[in-house]
Amino acid sequence: MDERSEQAGGKQAPVIEPGYTFGSVTDKISAIVLTRPTSTSWFVGFGVFFLITMMMLYAIGYLFVRGIGIWGVNIPVGWGFAIVNFVWWIGIGHAGTLISAILLLLRQSWRNSINRFAEAMTLFAVASAGIFPLIHVGRPWLAYWMFPYPSTMGIWPQFRSPLVWDVFAVSTYFTISLVFWFIGLIPDLATLRDRSENRWARIIYGMLAMGWRGSARHWFRYETAYLLLAGLATPLVLSVHTVVSFDFATGIVPGWHTTIFPPYFVAGAIYSGFAMVLMLSIPIRKIYGLEDFITERHLDNSAKVMLATGLIVAYGYVIEAFMGWYSGNRYDAFTLWNRLHGPYAFFYYMLLACNIVIPQVLWIRKLRTKPLVLFVVAGVILVGMWLERFIIVVVSLQRDFLNSSWGMFYPTRWDWMTYIGTIGMFLAAMFLFVRILPMISIFEMRTLLPEAEVKE
Amino acid sequence: MKRPPTYGMLAEFDSPTALVAAAHRTHEAGYQKIDAYSPFPVEGLAEAIGFHKNNVPLVVLIGGLIGGLSGYAMQYWISAVSYPLNVGGKPYHSWPAFIVVTFEMTILFAGLSAVFGMLALNGLPMPYHPVFNAPRFAFATKDRFFLIVFSSDPKYDGVRTRQFLESLTPKSISEVPS
Repeated sequence: MDERSEQAGGKQAPVIEPGYTFGSVTDKISAIVLTRPTSTSWFVGFGVFFLITMMMLYAIGYLFVRGIGIWGVNIPVGWGFAIVNFVWWIGIGHAGTLISAILLLLRQSWRNSINRFAEAMTLFAVASAGIFPLIHVGRPWLAYWMFPYPSTMGIWPQFRSPLVWDVFAVSTYFTISLVFWFIGLIPDLATLRDRSENRWARIIYGMLAMGWRGSARHWFRYETAYLLLAGLATPLVLSVHTVVSFDFATGIVPGWHTTIFPPYFVAGAIYSGFAMVLMLSIPIRKIYGLEDFITERHLDNSAKVMLATGLIVAYGYVIEAFMGWYSGNRYDAFTLWNRLHGPYAFFYYMLLACNIVIPQVLWIRKLRTKPLVLFVVAGVILVGMWLERFIIVVVSLQRDFLNSSWGMFYPTRWDWMTYIGTIGMFLAAMFLFVRILPMISIFEMRTLLPEAEVKE
Repeated sequence: MKRPPTYGMLAEFDSPTALVAAAHRTHEAGYQKIDAYSPFPVEGLAEAIGFHKNNVPLVVLIGGLIGGLSGYAMQYWISAVSYPLNVGGKPYHSWPAFIVVTFEMTILFAGLSAVFGMLALNGLPMPYHPVFNAPRFAFATKDRFFLIVFSSDPKYDGVRTRQFLESLTPKSISEVPS
């Protein structure tokens, strides 16, 4: 059954409230960018997150001066916050691509009102993620050595290493996410060019729109290209977190060396990504009065995706624990024991509570449409997914094969400043995005209206 | 070359249904050089103006093949020819380890080909276009639908084309200066 007749059946909340026309949809979304005065709270919010970004730059600057020793990393825990945060951010990015590419292929038209800012979220999350491996390499000014380029040293990257795969996966992911987001923006930039009263805004949006005029030939090629990009981005997004999990799974450290990692990482990525989508969309729809476009249906569907991926993640935990026992490998068994009873046991129980127990409230249909409840649950899931990566990275390394080489990891203030700093950078970028670009895809919203259908 | 004084005749409609119907009739009336403008992709519009096939998939296929082949060739050449390094006794040409980068390069090249191929085939960026001079054309990115008959069409005639377009009951008709 197609989306519009399903709405008419009145079974579910609609993806767009009735009564809108092509013109009113356009005006409502473009007004946020073009005519709505910038509120004081926007300046305050942006200012605060901008200062937090500056704090991050300070922490990174100090890192460059003093070296990795200012962090809590040590031997045996050589991968500390940097890798935890990298995996967490990359995972968050995955929901954006899932919404824009996979749901497009599955013809889920409810995605149209959230795909634009979910894609923006992907870009900023991947940018935040990308910082960590760069600053973690020790000599970040030589980070370009990771790419294969002909050098006078006569050496090349080692293509049997998952760390090199990761360089290719993450940089491809960022590039494709960027172009996907940008070509989605082109028709809307043309709308802003034609709607704008301000001469400079017209020039800038006009340059970015590249002379888009909505020709039927252009739309035909555009739709083909967009669909193909979605088809390419779908395996790409699944590959990215798979490759990230290879960084661990190809190692022999107990707790890392397991075949469940790729699917379990991908599910966890989508889980945390949808949590971030909800944490962003719930305040945005409230503040900008977009409840008609981001309806209860979107909240409900996102909650269902979280519930499903959360159960896959729970299955991953169960299999990890089961294999710890069933493999008969004493080091694997000890890893499990160490998670349950070791020095970081508190965080493991927190992880189980945040990722498995609390999200089960989403089974209740009424709660799935309560923005406040969803906001809190999404926050809990984001904390839980961060803890998951902490458990995987730190707790596995902390006690490996020889107890003479055991150790502890304590994050320093520089670890925290860098981590919180990337959250500030991410949110500052989101603030800029909602102010200068249409956060909902205007042309795709037009196609959702009943008048958009061509009657024979 | 001296350009003709008009670029084309532009008719305005207020719904996608009216535009597709008008485009069909114009095409059937024998006009070859026509185009339609809409604020969102309208199903069947490209077919209605007689544009059935686009080359974006071919460009993407070629891009993807180049990306994948060059990605694999690069790894083979680096690992087995230019800088053979024995890592744990693994063969120099350890193809399973090369699949990930080959895959990523395929996606990267195919994706960029889709974007730049689409833009190039569409002739974008093109900051200036005569149709922008039409008085109501700014609404083509909001809620109006336009059909144009280019003056380069062999059947184009200032008077008769206008009469024909009027028979399609558009909201307005204007001549686009070139």
